[in-house]
Amino acid sequence: MGPNEIRDKIEQLIPGAVLAYEGDTFDPWAKIDSKHIVDVCRLMHDDPELCFVSMMNLAGVDWPKEKMLQVVYHLYSFEYNLKFVLKVDTPRDDPRIPSVTSVYNFANWQEREVYDLFGIMFEGHPDLRRILLPFDWEGHPLRKDYVTPETYRGVTNKP
Amino acid sequence: MRETDLRSTEGNVLLTSLEAAVGWGRGNSLWPLTFGLACCAIEMMATGMARFDIDRFGSGPFRPSPRQADVMIVSGTVTHQMASRIKRLYDQMSEPKYVISMGSCANSGGPYVDHGYSVLKGVDKIIPVDVYITGCPPRPEALLDGLLTLQKMVKKMGLVRSGRGDRDKYEPVVIQG
Ligand code: SF4
Repeated sequence: MGPNEIRDKIEQLIPGAVLAYEGDTFDPWAKIDSKHIVDVCRLMHDDPELCFVSMMNLAGVDWPKEKMLQVVYHLYSFEYNLKFVLKVDTPRDDPRIPSVTSVYNFANWQEREVYDLFGIMFEGHPDLRRILLPFDWEGHPLRKDYVTPETYRGVTNKP
Repeated sequence: MRETDLRSTEGNVLLTSLEAAVGWGRGNSLWPLTFGLACCAIEMMATGMARFDIDRFGSGPFRPSPRQADVMIVSGTVTHQMASRIKRLYDQMSEPKYVISMGSCANSGGPYVDHGYSVLKGVDKIIPVDVYITGCPPRPEALLDGLLTLQKMVKKMGLVRSGRGDRDKYEPVVIQG
């Protein structure tokens, strides 16, 4: 099964889920409507023809010009040695994406990291706290418009 | 030594000032606190291993408790989150205590000086430093050089020295790594 068939299968079983698709690259990807992402992940994970039981990575991307934040899911199927990438966009001023922790337990810490650094709210996440930065840190540093604070807890941040 | 020689040393008296004796003892048994923060810690560990053998200079026992340690080797990137822990560990060490800042990160923020939002720009912003070692990372020889320099400073320092006040008499030293 190639990437095109995977795309067809998603479209067939979950109509309207795929918003964009690019199959002719090193990592074939499909852009998924955010309200369908959990269903798509469940399908990718459970379908006996796909068996994407492993999530290799979950990362965030900031697109300030498009006013979008994006989450990228790298899935891998041990069964058929397949890789597939899902992307989900969310508006920058109110970033919300359903959490996929119910399908991939791996996503738990990765979603916390993306929340920590990009400020994307993962709805339904069991424990959405900062994971790398201190709990009283303000702002989300990997956003392109982030300004480093002058001080943190009274210690200067200047060289 | 022959038996007669041994007997001839019995009952002898060595004269020295107490300051010199204590300084000699302190300087030759600087026990570091066990912790490493980033890549520089790898070089620190190499310094502790057989090839460089920090034990030759009396600094072999890396102590897991700040109460038993004399010198804190800050080897690596100090993040803001770690800074409060380092300050607390430093406060828990008993006097006299010394600090070696190892590597560019601990000296000034190193590669993260411009864009490291979470990195402290130099450990001397929170604790006083006696010896700075440059380099990214410094070679183990440079750490040994820093340690020996610190030993010389310690041997010269007075019997009673308390915290920052006394330290003003001794300028921090910079070692080229
Ligand atoms: S100074 Fe260089 S080697 Fe040392 S901790 Fe920083 S980046 Fe790593």
